[in-house]
Amino acid sequence: MKEDTIICRCEDLTLGELRDIIKNGFTTLDEIKRVSRLGMGPCQGDTCMQIAAREIANLTDKDLSEIKMPTSRPPKTGIKLKELAGEYEDEE
Amino acid sequence: MKNKADVVVIGGGVVGNSIAFNLAKEGVKDVVVLEKEYLNSGASGRCGAGIRQQWGTEMNCRLAKASMDIFENINEELGVDRDIELKQGGYLLLAYSDKEIEQFRKNIKLQNSLDIPSSEISLEEVKELVPYVNLEGVVGATYCPTDGHANPFHTTFAYAEAAQKLGVEINTYTEALDIKVENGKIIGVETNKGFIETDKVVNAAGGFAKEIGEMAGIDIPVRPERHEIMVTEKVNPLQKPMVMSFSYDIYCQQTPDGSFIMGYGPEDPPESHSRKSSWHFMEKMAHKTTNLLPKLRELRAIRQWAGSYTMTPDSQPIIDGSDKVKGFYMAVGFSGHGFMMSPMTGKILAEMITGKEPTIDLNLTLKRFEKGNLILEPSVV
Repeated sequence: MKEDTIICRCEDLTLGELRDIIKNGFTTLDEIKRVSRLGMGPCQGDTCMQIAAREIANLTDKDLSEIKMPTSRPPKTGIKLKELAGEYEDEE
Repeated sequence: MKNKADVVVIGGGVVGNSIAFNLAKEGVKDVVVLEKEYLNSGASGRCGAGIRQQWGTEMNCRLAKASMDIFENINEELGVDRDIELKQGGYLLLAYSDKEIEQFRKNIKLQNSLDIPSSEISLEEVKELVPYVNLEGVVGATYCPTDGHANPFHTTFAYAEAAQKLGVEINTYTEALDIKVENGKIIGVETNKGFIETDKVVNAAGGFAKEIGEMAGIDIPVRPERHEIMVTEKVNPLQKPMVMSFSYDIYCQQTPDGSFIMGYGPEDPPESHSRKSSWHFMEKMAHKTTNLLPKLRELRAIRQWAGSYTMTPDSQPIIDGSDKVKGFYMAVGFSGHGFMMSPMTGKILAEMITGKEPTIDLNLTLKRFEKGNLILEPSVV
């Protein structure tokens, strides 16, 4: 894969940028997420997390299974506020 | 990791890093930061990213105003070029009763006396600021144009970077396990990576402030609560100010990258370190938002998360040195507002530790809770 390949399409992050971030010492997905917003867009990391995990494993000489995935946060896919609001029932 | 330090700061959030930076800037040589997970893993990286100066107590006003002055010139202050994404679109506070607007008027008087440029505005002016706001039930409003937003991740990283440049050692995935005290003095900190000899410890542990206090035998009356929050997809700039109400219980702001961040305070939350999301939150949040800001109906919520508010009995922080254990300092209990107060907190605590005259006069001692006579902060979501 080329360095200018976009690996996080929600946040326009390239492979080269990701590698620089890892080389700068951000070697967990939780840290990379917070410094680059990787995985925080509408796709919720579906596209980028596996690629990023592999890059961390390669660059830090670890096994892919050792790379911890960040907490997955609802919703799985974007939901319009009007649809969510329609589900709300006042408890009182 | 160093095995000896002049000061050990426990907590790698924005407050801990601000303290570490300011200590190094004051010339303290060996400053070590301990963070049990990664930087920003606690409340700093989970907060609503707002910066507000419209407070109801003098101490909160002073801390917030002085912190905003630093946010405005942060790159110069820190000597790093990281963009913290500062946006000063103002905070619009809505009042839903005569009693609430009366309180706001008192707050404005106090804020103006401390050079905070807030004012009461008419409902017509509210409509000019946010044309799509639903004013049903709203009796009045206040606005401070210099309030706003900054990116908490980048602010924390900027402080950490600046601190490291000055020689601070930051240790992530390093947990403080115990604080050794002998004859009323700190002698060191036990961590999962070894012992650090030191006579000064700073508790900047956010949600875990109480536990860190207990390690040194100090009772800190703070209580962590889970607060939830969510964010939408990005859209073009639509909303300039943060829209907030204490009685309607909401805050909602568009960040410079285009997404809307919104939250409300839970009713009677239990004491808890939980960071789990609840499904009711999104529905109630969406209900509140679409009622108050109908134009946002079509926006998609893309993620929700949670973090800790660490509440004190008066909703004001504790920024103090212990008189029981020499060398134990704390910057805790920000009651949901640590990020926005972090720049000045770091400065004040560093001055306290190095024995300098404080830049601003604060009286946020631990002792105030023993005495009673608390001045309660009335303006918290």
